[in-house]
Amino acid sequence: MTTLELRNVSKKYRIRGSKEMLALDDVSFTLESGKTIALVGQSGSGKSTIAKIITQLETATSGSVLLDGVPIPRRGRALRAYRQQVRMVFQDPFASLNPYHTIRHHLERPLRLHKVVPAAEIDAEVLRLLERVRLAPDLVERRPHELSGGQRQRVAIARALASRPGLLVADEPVSMLDVSIRLGVLNLLAELQRESNLGVLYITHDLATARHFSDEIMVLNSGVVVERGAADDVILNPQHPYTKQLRDASPNPDVLFAKTKGASRA
Amino acid sequence: MSVTATGVTDAVPVSVSGRSFREGFSMFRNAKSITGLSILAVFTLLAIFGPLIAPYDPDAIDLLHRNEAPTWGHLLGTTHMGQDILSQIIIGTRGVMIVGFLSGIFATIIAVLVGVTAGYVAGAKSEALSALTNVFLVVPGLPLIIIVASQFEDPSVVLIAAVLAITGWAWGARVLRAQTMSLRNRDFIQAARVNGEPLYRIIAVEMLPNLLAVIASSFVGTVTAAILAQTTLAFVGVTPISNWNWGTILFWAQSNNAFPDKWWWYLPAGLCIALVGVALALVNFGIDEYVNPRLRSAGMRARALRKRGFKPSDSATAVADTRN
Amino acid sequence: MSFFLRRAAFYLFTAWAAITINFFLPRMLKGDPITAYLARNQGKVSPEAIDSLRILFGLDNPKPIWQQYIEYWGSLLHGDLGVSLSKGLAPVTAVIADALPWTLGLVGVSTIISFVIGTGIGTFIGWRRGSRAEAIVPIATFLSTVPYFWLGLIVISVFSTTLRWFPASHAYSKGTVPNFSFEFIGDVIYHSALPAFTIVLTSLGGWVLGMRNMMVTVLDEDYVTVAQAKGLSPFRVMYGYAARNAVLPQLSSFALSLGFIVGGTLIMEMIFSYPGLGLRLFEATLAKDYPLMQGMFLVITLSVLVANILADVVYAIMDPRSRQEAAS
Repeated sequence: MTTLELRNVSKKYRIRGSKEMLALDDVSFTLESGKTIALVGQSGSGKSTIAKIITQLETATSGSVLLDGVPIPRRGRALRAYRQQVRMVFQDPFASLNPYHTIRHHLERPLRLHKVVPAAEIDAEVLRLLERVRLAPDLVERRPHELSGGQRQRVAIARALASRPGLLVADEPVSMLDVSIRLGVLNLLAELQRESNLGVLYITHDLATARHFSDEIMVLNSGVVVERGAADDVILNPQHPYTKQLRDASPNPDVLFAKTKGASRA
Repeated sequence: MSVTATGVTDAVPVSVSGRSFREGFSMFRNAKSITGLSILAVFTLLAIFGPLIAPYDPDAIDLLHRNEAPTWGHLLGTTHMGQDILSQIIIGTRGVMIVGFLSGIFATIIAVLVGVTAGYVAGAKSEALSALTNVFLVVPGLPLIIIVASQFEDPSVVLIAAVLAITGWAWGARVLRAQTMSLRNRDFIQAARVNGEPLYRIIAVEMLPNLLAVIASSFVGTVTAAILAQTTLAFVGVTPISNWNWGTILFWAQSNNAFPDKWWWYLPAGLCIALVGVALALVNFGIDEYVNPRLRSAGMRARALRKRGFKPSDSATAVADTRN
Repeated sequence: MSFFLRRAAFYLFTAWAAITINFFLPRMLKGDPITAYLARNQGKVSPEAIDSLRILFGLDNPKPIWQQYIEYWGSLLHGDLGVSLSKGLAPVTAVIADALPWTLGLVGVSTIISFVIGTGIGTFIGWRRGSRAEAIVPIATFLSTVPYFWLGLIVISVFSTTLRWFPASHAYSKGTVPNFSFEFIGDVIYHSALPAFTIVLTSLGGWVLGMRNMMVTVLDEDYVTVAQAKGLSPFRVMYGYAARNAVLPQLSSFALSLGFIVGGTLIMEMIFSYPGLGLRLFEATLAKDYPLMQGMFLVITLSVLVANILADVVYAIMDPRSRQEAAS
């Protein structure tokens, strides 16, 4: 059981030398193994900033981040162990893989860095990872530009899971994929989460998939958590005006159909 | 039927580049690079096998055949002391090529170390390295080289290459810094950090291969500049005239009033310098086209349009008119 | 605003570094011709001159190095660069002031001509990509790699020695006293024809190729397609949309090349015996006239720096993105 807790985390950015921008304002939540939390908000709400702080690509200006009750390590072996436990899937499948290297390279690196399996078994483990994400084994020697967007994202997921982590941050994992394959990738993520009992932070701007995929939903607006609760509650019974706006903005086929019927009669 | 730019592009095959270590050199696979590399290969062979190929000793004096125009015995004629010019050119190749490429290698190593590091680290450290690069950019090369070179009695080839490298690395470093900075924010580098990759591996294994084209281009540019600088130094008489290179030939030509009559004396050496320069420039073009596929296919697409009767620079309405 | 401040600090640092290098350079070079010169010319050198030389070059100077450094700066700020050993103890500043206008004039004008013509040709070739105009590219390449001195000598032998159309050396006819009459100016132009021609020829290639590449890249951008689709005339699109964006890096290179004018024309001045900075620097090197060498070196370095600053300013004014990027 792994727990990641954010306590009163704020993040300020400096722009143009003198001006400051508050990206996150007093955000607190807990991520646990076995549960999926969706972080919903529009562009600029601070969702990616949270992802970067959790994966230590950025540091919080104030507040603390705790892994299993201990403030997260910043260097050395402890940091290495942290990186083994907490992994990320990036938004852009075209940019998150190094165009120069093979798929094998991408999957081997975390295996080697975190000594997941003995050296002799690395090749077998790479193939096993590919199988887990439903990709054909002959993709190992290919390069990213030879794969489709969906395939690349599956590789990115495999890379994230390679180190056998306890927690996964998925930063809008399907928003740059074709709509027709989004569900497939999301279902894969759900299945892998169940198999490995992962705690997943699913970052998205799409309420519908948030509800489908997660246990809890947090709504973020301009760096502030405006609402949180069980997924169904937040969607069906939103309290905060912003959440209501989000819900109303989602296209509802029944409403649309009724409208067009009315228009054609006029 | 509508003719869009993309429609025509699909009809014209543009090669997709692969990027393994072997395929990394696909930047050299187009016609321009191959031509350039072939010319360079010829000169390299001359440099290596020079002493075996040259018909005469370049210093050998032959007072019976002075100032002769090309004959079968002396394919490029002779100097005022009867020395065979062809042999001088062949032997001189070695000096030019060695200094050129050594200087290119030294300068590129420094440029990579400074430029890539400056691009990766942020903030004050990066600005400091950038300021250092700027200092070397601003200090004028040729005067400095002349001043330094004139201090030494008999500078070795390595020394000359080193001095040229020290004055020439800054340009490549500047370009590399800009490229690295843009690369640094790419997701796959962030992913490497999330993986826990150590810094040296991020730079060496993840970033460097993506910078190959820029590094190659900078290397080629430095070699060109070094060759020009070196021959100029020899011509001016700053480097000792005991080592033969093409600039030395021109030095002697000028001191002995070879211009304008004795064309066989001064034309070949200058042409050789220009030819090596052109070869290097061709390789650079090849790399440019690889990096910027627009350059590669621009001509092809335009020609394809022309064949169909459209001028690529006309505005869209003109295309509609010709249809009617 | 902070963008400009940071750039200013950047350049101040570079200037300081260049001047400091200049301070250490003669102290590191072998031999001490100044002492030798002074020894030979004991009575002829004034005590002030000796002092100034001592400050600038640190010869048999008992003071600690940091004090010498401060006095060096003091000297510089007074405009005192020492006296030239090979030019009859004339102040270095005077020698430089004499030679500078010739270099700036000839090379400045040639570079501008070359830039304008080259960029124009490059724009045209880029616009007409894929046509027969592309044949100019290999010619331009060849021109850009031809060694300057070689081309210069050939030009002299063809146009001067053989055809006798132009004079082969010097800035004005022997015996004429420089003045501002039309006759003199005509004479100067006549003498500068060959050197200018050679400079333009050798640098043309670079501008043509650079502009062509930029044009080809820019012409692929969507905004150019939109401009064409709007029905604008081809000339309007080429000039107002494509060339305007393509010329930005060219301008940057141009400003930089202005800096190299001062230092890079050594060869041209040698071959044509043109009385500019480059020739003086070379003569100074041969004569081991350290004060003059050091003074010229400093002037050259500072001009390159000023040109750099100019390039940055021009670019910042013309491309608003660069101001933002640098700040982030």
